[in-house]
Amino acid sequence: MLADKDRIFTNLYGFQSPSLKEAMKRGAWDGTKYLIDQGAGWIINEMKASGLRGRGGAGFPTGLKWSFMPKPDPARPSYLVVNADESEPGTCKDREIMRNDPHLLVEGCLIASFAMGAHACYIYIRGEYIAEREALQRAVEEAYEAKLIGPNNVHGWPFDLYVHHGAGAYICGEETALLESLEGKKGMPRMKPPFPANMGLYGCPTTVNNVESIAVAPTILRRGASWFLGFGQKNNAGTKLFCISGHVNKPCNVEEAMSIPFRELIDKHCGGMRGGWDNLLAVIPGGSSVRCVPADLIIDCPMDFDSLSKLRSGLGTAAVIVMDKSTDIVRAIARISYFYKHESCGQCTPCREGTGWMWRVLNRMAEGRAQKREIDMLLDVSQRIEGHTICALGDAAAWPIQGLITHFRGEIEKRIDQYAANPHMDPVRMAAE
Amino acid sequence: MTVRRLAEKQPASFEFTQENRAWCDDQIAKYPLGRQASAVIPLLWKAQAQNDYWLPQKAIEKVADMLAMPYIRVLEIATFYSMFNLEPVGRHFIQLCGTTPCALRGANDIKAVLEKRIGDQRHVSADGNFAWLEVECLGACCNAPMVQINDDYFEDLTPDSINKLLDDLAAGRPVKVGSQTGRTASEPEPGKGTTLTDATLYDGSVVGAWRTRFDEARASEKVLAEKALAEKASAEKAAAAAAEKKA
Repeated sequence: MLADKDRIFTNLYGFQSPSLKEAMKRGAWDGTKYLIDQGAGWIINEMKASGLRGRGGAGFPTGLKWSFMPKPDPARPSYLVVNADESEPGTCKDREIMRNDPHLLVEGCLIASFAMGAHACYIYIRGEYIAEREALQRAVEEAYEAKLIGPNNVHGWPFDLYVHHGAGAYICGEETALLESLEGKKGMPRMKPPFPANMGLYGCPTTVNNVESIAVAPTILRRGASWFLGFGQKNNAGTKLFCISGHVNKPCNVEEAMSIPFRELIDKHCGGMRGGWDNLLAVIPGGSSVRCVPADLIIDCPMDFDSLSKLRSGLGTAAVIVMDKSTDIVRAIARISYFYKHESCGQCTPCREGTGWMWRVLNRMAEGRAQKREIDMLLDVSQRIEGHTICALGDAAAWPIQGLITHFRGEIEKRIDQYAANPHMDPVRMAAE
Repeated sequence: MTVRRLAEKQPASFEFTQENRAWCDDQIAKYPLGRQASAVIPLLWKAQAQNDYWLPQKAIEKVADMLAMPYIRVLEIATFYSMFNLEPVGRHFIQLCGTTPCALRGANDIKAVLEKRIGDQRHVSADGNFAWLEVECLGACCNAPMVQINDDYFEDLTPDSINKLLDDLAAGRPVKVGSQTGRTASEPEPGKGTTLTDATLYDGSVVGAWRTRFDEARASEKVLAEKALAEKASAEKAAAAAAEKKA
């Protein structure tokens, strides 16, 4: 188990005060000037060497992303935008950072902005997080007052930090949709290229990073890339906040080393599986967008990017949704399908029409009111949505269904058989009703 | 995607209070000159908060005028983002998270209570106290099931605790925001974690401890530099001695 002294988020549960004074005692804002004096090149190299992969879901190397920013140009200022629009079902880690350890994030914003030559940063927090927004705003104000950030701060890098909020749209977690929303438009993703590093916020070079990726940066720089690299398997370095929800005895957020086996994670921190390990049915290991993994495959799997993608699933945001044998897995996935139908922005036809279609078919399958050949049809349609939309929401809607059909086709067939074995008045209706 | 339309009955006018007007100006100042449209969501949100948690047409037009935006652009925003309520929602607007992580922990039981006590979704109860809506993931999955009532999260609910909560709200009694089982945040057990028990994390001893890494690196660099310098000097000395010998 990760030792307490190696944890980055030492106030994850809010047992201590989030105030600046207390945060400093826990090591935030400690020698920030010294780190900045090492230069932007050193910071980016250290971040690259640490092996930190973006914590927002895609797992893109953070140091590399920072290095994509072009040279500062006075006519086109650079921006850092922090994606705090945490809405992936199962994920609730950034919330704890923002309300309990906000100074780690504020300090990270300064350091990251300095490293990529940005003088302004916007934090885009989801609209529902009202208390979290207030906590973060308080921390920003404290930092301004203490001259840690602001036009004339003690670190010698003029820097403004603004907290901006959304109003309830999952799609704004997609980086270009977030930028659109921040510019005062509907959150509809943009085509890429141009990538935000060239044409981002207000047409200027922009880097969008997840809250956790930014908040861990100061500690990585202080303790060194080799310290961070010491946790987890190769190519999956560091510590990670896991959000464990669903059918465990004690659902919780916890910071653990990457590549911790699933069973160990649940036994150590969540009081074990509800009803014992034999009761485990399936796990969605990375937020609702990834494919579910049945019990026998996940139980001893290391929780990291590469091991889980080998199972055709993914670490995503490390939101581990655990389901025991009492779960109606078809309904659970159908509910996720409804989520994507609800959250599709409507821009691309395959996603706008397809998410609703898939939800309706899956709902019938949950009752058994379907034909067996429709299972393959559903799989086929999901593959036609996947990869054929501007952003990844189409993929995210398709993957849970593909996971369900891969691993639980028998369950769907059983329902269809049960339904067909009993007489019913209503004919089987087609999905495109 | 959902179809969202403005309410049929609309107030005749909308005006920000003086205090809110000043707040709006502060928001607009956050964005670069000419980019005031960025403030549209915060302004609409403030208008909604001022108007009993729902957004009338006049408020949308007011915000559009303030930001020099066409009405249709602001109407688009108001209908796209699901947190803007386009119809009256009662004094306590309950948003129940119904997505899978909450559903696994019993959100459907909470839903049954709301249906029984308040009735259908998007329908204000006769006393004007409550309206409810099933929404998508509110991002408190470790504390499932949960509801958001106006601005506040109420977590770790059971049918009993939601019933009590509704009774208290209806009677105007104070309620406890957050976890209803006594958790501070998302720790495994109330007030107790399996981690973060090391007292040295909190006594200030971590401050500056990391600097030894840099000091050591610097010191070893210094030693190496001195050594190189000394070697160079001795080599030069030897060369000079050899040259002298030759002469």
